[in-house]
Formats: sequence, structure tokens, C-alpha cells
Amino acid sequence: MSKATFSVWRGDKSGGKLVDYTTEVSEGMVVLDAVHQIQAESANDMAVRWNCKAGKCGSCSAEINGMPKLMCMTRLNTLDLSKPVTIEPMRAFPSIRDLVTDVSWNFRVKKTIKKFKPRKPDAPDGTWRVQNEDIERPQEMRKCIECFLCQDVCHVLRDHQKHEEFIGPRFLVYTAALEMNPIDDDDRVDDLKFKHNIGFCNITKCCTKVCPEHITITDNAIIPLKERVVDRHYDPLKKLLKVFGPK
Amino acid sequence: MPEAVQRAAWGQTRRQDTWWVEPLIAFIVFTSFIVYATYRAFAGGHYWVGNYLSPFFSPELWGASPHAFFGNVPSWLPAWLPYSPALLILPFPGGFRLTCYYYRGAYYKSHWADPPSCAVGEPRGSYRGENSFPLIVMNLHRYFLYAALIFLIFLSHDAWKSMWFLGNDGHEHFGVGIGTIILTANVVLLAGYTFGCHSLRHLTGGLFDVLSNKPLRKKAYECVSWCNKNHMRWAWFSLFGVVTSDVFINLLSRGIISDVRFI
Repeated sequence: MSKATFSVWRGDKSGGKLVDYTTEVSEGMVVLDAVHQIQAESANDMAVRWNCKAGKCGSCSAEINGMPKLMCMTRLNTLDLSKPVTIEPMRAFPSIRDLVTDVSWNFRVKKTIKKFKPRKPDAPDGTWRVQNEDIERPQEMRKCIECFLCQDVCHVLRDHQKHEEFIGPRFLVYTAALEMNPIDDDDRVDDLKFKHNIGFCNITKCCTKVCPEHITITDNAIIPLKERVVDRHYDPLKKLLKVFGPK
Repeated sequence: MPEAVQRAAWGQTRRQDTWWVEPLIAFIVFTSFIVYATYRAFAGGHYWVGNYLSPFFSPELWGASPHAFFGNVPSWLPAWLPYSPALLILPFPGGFRLTCYYYRGAYYKSHWADPPSCAVGEPRGSYRGENSFPLIVMNLHRYFLYAALIFLIFLSHDAWKSMWFLGNDGHEHFGVGIGTIILTANVVLLAGYTFGCHSLRHLTGGLFDVLSNKPLRKKAYECVSWCNKNHMRWAWFSLFGVVTSDVFINLLSRGIISDVRFI
């Protein structure tokens, strides 16, 4: 058993500060274990959102040593414990208390995206026929656990606070899952350009780096969507072909 | 709009790792490349030796070397106008790299600090991204891709020519020198980079939701996706490949080094 110090952000939307807590740590512990231990030993009024402790519910998102991570999936042996480990709430969202942030903006954004609209069924019994290979791409996007770490690290939201204009990587992944679905019949390309402002993304790949589900957000969701927007809005040759090509 | 915690100041972060190393290396390498390529394009000269032609100057449309497609520099060209074969063609591969999805992400960090690195504070408050001019032109990447694909044909031709050396009998004979290896490796690296292009990935198959009924497109999409997985590595290695080829031919042409023939 050895001791480690954790600087935990304590406060609410009116302000707060980092408070140091020292606790015993042992092999196999994750940051969430340490936070629970601190709660039990010396700060039982500390607010922290958590649920599954298995990296599947996406509740315990926080910034550990400045990087957005799931507390339940960050093992202490991956951190330098000779210095205090900082644990802060996600910076892109307003604080409720301590490590808990108000992520409700994300759920409001989700409602602005056109829902799944299936095409006419393939079979008389009202079912569809889809090849496995065609569902692989949207399937990757469906791994998302909505932890919102990608939203937190995205500088368009985090630093430029374009929440009113830009839907962020999480909802570009969501849109990609719908757009690439072979059964879905709706069109979201114009919305991506005009309403959701996909052009704000400057593909720094930070969202991909922090995704705990290892979804290749930038390469497999955002860039393919950007290319679909280019097809329709920025490709003069395609426009010409549309006008003069065979009808 | 949610009231976010607080906007971080420039460079402000709680990250404890060496987050600044990657953008710093990118800054040094990309800047050096731009300076070197610009110098070579304007300086001209020492860009060919025998059957070797520097990729910076290929395809050579008009020029003094035997590689020029249309002979010497046209006489109608005003004398005051700076001319080198590279000036005519470098904007195309340059534009391909400038608008490349990988490079964009990298140099927005290294040269524009937007952001300097993930979860690190930025210098500017305002932001327009690629939504408006000038960065909206990045959407023309696929047109530079078309040019890059054509350039690959010329560079492959150069690699092929680098295998045929003029003998004492006045005929060309097959051979392999250091230059052959460098120019062939260069075209392989450039092909890996070009065939992994995100726009090409889209054009080959990404634009369709169903690929199972298009076997040829599906195969092409899988091949491009394979290269695309390591697009960053191809981008870096091909950058070094082009510079190595040019430096080698430049030094060879100046007589500072000599070629070694293996065959």
C-alpha cells in the first residue's frame, strides 16, 4: 500500500477550486475507486456521477490530469503518482457540483437531428434484407456510450463555445450512423452543412483520441460526412454533370 | 447554450505529458519543407542527372534537360519572369498536401494553435473553422487528388527511366543505382499516400450506403481504406521521400556525391 494525492475540483457554477486529498492506493485501482475512497474517508459531500464501473454507461467522464477520460477506465498505474493527480469536471459543460456537469445540452441537440426513417420493407412481412458487410460502417458508430468526452475535448465547443451552432463529434457520429444505414431513407446532408455546421470541425482528431470505445470518429464518421457535403455543395464538376449529364 | 466552466488561456492546460512535442516537430518539419521546396522551385538548376529527374521538377514541361516534354523554355516567356520547371507544377502536389485531411489537422495545431494540442487553451477567441473563406477552399481537396493521381503516372515513368542507363555503345541498358532505388521508393511512398486519401476513399465507395452489390467498388474501397488507416505515416514518409530524392539528385548534379551502380 502506498499513498497518493488527488487534487479534486470542488465547487459549483458560481466557482470552485482544487482541493488536495491524500489516500491509500493499491494495485488494480482506477481513479473512480480513489474518488470513492476519498468520499468515504474525508469528503462525503463530494458529488460524482457514476454507474457501471465498467466503461459502458458513460457516466463518470472527467478530466484527469487535463485529459478527458472515464474515471472508471483510468488505472492508477498509468498515472504519475509522485505528483498530485488532478480530477476536474468536463470543461465544455456547466458545472452542477464538484465533478458533476450538466450535459443536458447534448440531449437537446440530439432532438434536432432527423430521426431514423426506414425505406419501404423488402419483404411482404414488413422486414428488410441487409448484408452484414453493409452494416459494418454504421455499426461502429453504434458503439458510442454517450460519455461526451469527445464533445468535451472538441475545441469548437470547449474553447469557442459554439454550442448554438455546432453539434459536436458525438452527434456527427450519430448522424453518420443514420446516414450510412442502408435501410434509412432520409437525407441529412443539407442539415449537416447549414444547421449543424460540420464545417466548424477542423479535424484535429482529439475526439478520436479520447473515445473510450475507440470509435474512429474523425476518419470513419466526420470526414465521410464532410465528403458527402462536398459532393453536394462544393464540387463544381458534379454540379455541372447534374445539369448537363444524362437525366 | 450551456455556460461552460471557463475558457482556458493560450497554452493553459493541466496536461502533464509533453503535449507540445508533436506540434513542435510538425512545425519544424513542415516549415523546413516549405522553405526548401520554395527555394528549389525558384532557384531551379541541378535537378537532373542523366536518367534521373528530381520529383520537384517532374513532369518537366519546358526546361533545359532532356527530360523536358516540350523542349526548352519558350522564347515568348518574358525574361523578367522567374522561371523554373518546378514553378509550373509544384502548386498541384503542394495543394494536395495543403488541403489533405491529415495535414490540415496537423498544421492547424502546429502553425495555427487552433488548438495547440488536445485540451490545451488557444490564443484566439473568434473561430470560423472551415465554414467560410479562406478555409472553405479546403473542400476542393478532391481536385488536387485528381492532379496527384496524374502526377503519379509521371513519377512512375521517371522511376522506370531511372532503370535505364546510357551505355558507352550509345544504347540504353537496364541498371540499378542508388538513384533508381530512391526514385522508385519515392513513387511507392507517394502512391501509398495518394491511394490512402480520404477523398479517394469517399469517391471509390464511401459515398454509397450499400457496397455489397458493387464488388469492384467494394474492393477498391477496402484497398483505399487499408492505405487510409496509416495515412499519417504515408504522409510523413512520402514527404521525406520527395526531399531525399531531390537532395540526392541535387548533390549528384553538383558533383558533391557520386552514384553507385548495383547492376
